[in-house]
Amino acid sequence: MAEARAVNTGPGRVLVGLYALFALAAGARAAVQIASRFDEAPLAYLLSALAAVIYLAATLGLVRGTAGGRRLAMICCSIELAGVLTVGTFSVFDPEAFPDETVWSGYGRGYGFVPLVLPVLGLLWLRSTAAGD
Amino acid sequence: MYDLLATAIIVASLLVAAWCFVAAARDRWIDVTHLAGLTVLELALLTQAAFAVVRITGGERPEELATFAGYLATSALLLPAAVVGSFMERTRWGAVIAGAAALISAVLTLRLQQVWSPLHG
Repeated sequence: MAEARAVNTGPGRVLVGLYALFALAAGARAAVQIASRFDEAPLAYLLSALAAVIYLAATLGLVRGTAGGRRLAMICCSIELAGVLTVGTFSVFDPEAFPDETVWSGYGRGYGFVPLVLPVLGLLWLRSTAAGD
Repeated sequence: MYDLLATAIIVASLLVAAWCFVAAARDRWIDVTHLAGLTVLELALLTQAAFAVVRITGGERPEELATFAGYLATSALLLPAAVVGSFMERTRWGAVIAGAAALISAVLTLRLQQVWSPLHG
């Protein structure tokens, strides 16, 4: 059985950079929204905050690269993918619920669809570095 | 914001990003030409940030000051952080890190323009 390849080098470092940036972007956006106009769309703003936490956890998981870190990153990428698909779909069919854009609105349209691509790349990368492939 | 400088930054960002991705495609790490491009780009971003700070202290206000400040700080710090990241990863993937950061600098500059005057959109 082959050793697990280091998850936090090579392409992994590109992913870590992007995840860290998105943790910052989603976190800062949520902070501004919650501080300035929480009443307008509490659900959307809480989702922004949740997205930020998940991006941060994924970043930490990828940086650590241990078995636990990999599991954390795997869980976060899965939640993200589900989140961007669910919120994306809701925001298309029920724009009223998301009057202000979040990172996941319109499948991450406001962020060049990177929020949609990132969890897929993360999962592929975790899989390709898994032991025994 | 200064449209001419912003446009120049966006064009330069795209060129530097493309040049970094060429290195990555050839399985190379960044060399001195990439570092020179990134340095020029960073100086332009810092100039843009300085102009923005001068105008804000002069009393002008973008629509959402906090958001604008966040983008401005990120635009100034992103490339130095990416260069550090690139030096930690001395493979083609280090070139991808530098190229992605240059690309994101273009997006940040565009967003700075939009947040400064939403009608610009």
